[in-house]
Amino acid sequence: MRILIVLVRLAWRYLWRNHRRTIIMLGAIVLGTWAMIFMTALTRGMVDQMIADGISAIPGHVQVHGQGYLDDPSVTRSIPLSDEEFAARFADAGFSAWATRVRVPAVITSERESRGVTLLGIDPAAERDFSFVDYGAVDGRFLESPEDSGIVIGAKLADTLETRVGKRVVLMSQDPDNDIADRGFRVVGVFEANMQAFEEGFVFVGKATAQKMLRMGTATTEAVFVGDDYRNVEPVYDKVAAGVGDAVTVSRWTEVDTYLGTMLKTMDGFVLVWMIVIFLALSFGLVNTLVMAVFERVREIGLMLALGMKPAMILGQIIIESMMLLALGLLIGTALAWASIVPLEGGIDLSAVGEGMEMWGASSVLYPKLYLEDVVLANVVVLVLGFFASLSPAWRASRYEPVEAITKVG
Amino acid sequence: MNIVLRLAWRNIWRQPRRTWLTTGAMVFSNILLVFMISLQFGMYGLMINNTLQVFSGHMQVQAPGYVDDAKMRQVVDDVQPLAAHLREALGSDTVAARARAFALASSEDRTYGIAIYGVEPRHEPRVSNLPGLVEHGRYLQDDDAYEIVIGSVLARNLQVATGDELTLLGSGVDGSFAAAVVVVAGIFESGVKDIDRNIAQMPLTAFQDMFYMNGAGHQVVILAPSLADAPELQARVEALVGADDGLVVQDWDALQPGLRQAIQADMSSAFFMYGILVVLVAFSVLNTQLMSVLERTHEFGVVMALGMKPGLLGRIVLLESALMGLLGFVLGVIAGTALTAWLSVRGFTMPGMDEMAAQFNLPARIYPPVTLLSVAIGPFVVFVFTLLASVYPAWRLRRLHPVEAMRVN
Repeated sequence: MRILIVLVRLAWRYLWRNHRRTIIMLGAIVLGTWAMIFMTALTRGMVDQMIADGISAIPGHVQVHGQGYLDDPSVTRSIPLSDEEFAARFADAGFSAWATRVRVPAVITSERESRGVTLLGIDPAAERDFSFVDYGAVDGRFLESPEDSGIVIGAKLADTLETRVGKRVVLMSQDPDNDIADRGFRVVGVFEANMQAFEEGFVFVGKATAQKMLRMGTATTEAVFVGDDYRNVEPVYDKVAAGVGDAVTVSRWTEVDTYLGTMLKTMDGFVLVWMIVIFLALSFGLVNTLVMAVFERVREIGLMLALGMKPAMILGQIIIESMMLLALGLLIGTALAWASIVPLEGGIDLSAVGEGMEMWGASSVLYPKLYLEDVVLANVVVLVLGFFASLSPAWRASRYEPVEAITKVG
Repeated sequence: MNIVLRLAWRNIWRQPRRTWLTTGAMVFSNILLVFMISLQFGMYGLMINNTLQVFSGHMQVQAPGYVDDAKMRQVVDDVQPLAAHLREALGSDTVAARARAFALASSEDRTYGIAIYGVEPRHEPRVSNLPGLVEHGRYLQDDDAYEIVIGSVLARNLQVATGDELTLLGSGVDGSFAAAVVVVAGIFESGVKDIDRNIAQMPLTAFQDMFYMNGAGHQVVILAPSLADAPELQARVEALVGADDGLVVQDWDALQPGLRQAIQADMSSAFFMYGILVVLVAFSVLNTQLMSVLERTHEFGVVMALGMKPGLLGRIVLLESALMGLLGFVLGVIAGTALTAWLSVRGFTMPGMDEMAAQFNLPARIYPPVTLLSVAIGPFVVFVFTLLASVYPAWRLRRLHPVEAMRVN
């Protein structure tokens, strides 16, 4: 133990003997660490938001559809289970939220324009918690019950249709016999969403009203289930799959939106690759610094060896020196990253490239997210790889022949 | 000069390991930069071409405001004569008129809302890839009237094949009821889900008939020979249609606003990463050169006492960095180009690329092109930063005093 203290003290002093070199190397490590953590926080924030937005459009973590519906989203492929059966099976299952709904493609027409949209017939109370519409922030009002006779549309769609709260629009779709099903609705609310595509693509009507319009009785086409954690939907999936039987299709959100699912999967890989690339760029400088530090004190090392210091201690001392340098750099770099992310947590406005971000599936405000795991990962990557990088110079230093080393002209 | 060069060359090989480590940092980042930048440029080119050539063209003549709202009554009057006029005046075939409306399409079993385009069958294939992507049946012909070509996903959803009938239901330009029965002539497959799911094309004259367009349309699409030719062509088109016609020319950036921004967003995050990489290399060079200058203080004192000017010493130090930088540049470019060239033959892909690429109209395997710019730009920046990093160590020499320097051991 005493030896360790001596080695640590020695290493610390050696580190500051050439303070210029140490400070430059420290600068590089600090910058590298900062970049690792900062960039990761930005990416995590973006993907988190993308997934949050994406899941709210799907919505839910696990979905149930009639067989073939995903390929052919038609009213004829409704779910062969009634709301009562769903309630009997899942009322006490412990999901955060769940709902059944009617979701079919439709055409909406005002006196001026027509557009293709997705009609969502919902029970507003059941979806309040996971809807991408903030009920309270709707211009006008949101739907109040499944029997509500009004329609709620997006701001962008209202614009295109030249309609507004209080005016009438017509929805057209097909009923199960493929007769045209149409019905007039009064616009009772106009919502705004993170994504323009949501505002253009979705309209909300009461579930019972939609069922009546589409002449589908009490059938629904989609059931959605929300669990506690979108990263781990297996418990929800298993419970739902066991509950509904084989007559329907059960899918995870990662299967409904494969782009988002892939994003989530490749994220961790991307973060790790980025950290390793940064470390490799650093490692050349690190090894160089150690090589120089060893080289300029070859004679001292020879002397220590001659005086009876064990080669293992030389090895240990140089590795401790390297670890100290890295740890110090990591400490400052991490602190700096934290200090630069915290003021940005209110969101970074990217609306200048908003439509481009939407193409990526992201909204135009970026909220950086600093995760403890990422900070730990960055530190571990640097320390572990740094340890291996310093092995070679340290090993070399401990293998000097004392006599040769002492007489070396440096 | 020769002797300076020789001195600098010998100096960097006094500590071969240090030189190789410093050069190694450069080579490492240069390989990465060459590869990443080539891949990026290749992807951006594909993104732009795939998106523009499939459908929207490099520019369109439209009514003002149509680009944002796409309302039915924001029309271009007498759209076919205008397109014919532009074809003649520009001496170009790649001009075609279109009109667009939303309608409900019903087959025997299914009904879906779709976007219907009225197109000129003879000219459309010259401005868009879609006609060439017809998988079943055929594309529209001049003497077609109530024939329609639809996307493959739509055909599957509607459960129709070529020869089947569809009933279209929509609103005319004046808000009146518009309906027609059309025959499916062909089914195209672009691979872009949104296009294959939502789009149908019918002859423009029949479209004008059905939707009471009275000879009007919504857009004249113009495809330039290449993206680089687009601005010049646009100036010529603007001179021809003029503002007094109540029309505007929208460039591809206005037609596909997401495209340039997606590229910008991607570029800025990539450049942030590249910047970090380059600065880390610069740190490495700064450290090496500062150490190599410091450890030679005594020696520098001696040569200065013998009459060498500090300015020349500084030049030697800069030259040393330049030589190392050059070495890193050459090795990095060779290795990076080799890697990229290999991938440009074999193709680059990674897990999850399918889904990611589809989002941007990209194929799942990308063949990054090797161009002078994409190969040289990254390493060149690294080289410049290498030189910048050694300015400080070289500049320190100016303050060196021979006698004091010789006292340093």
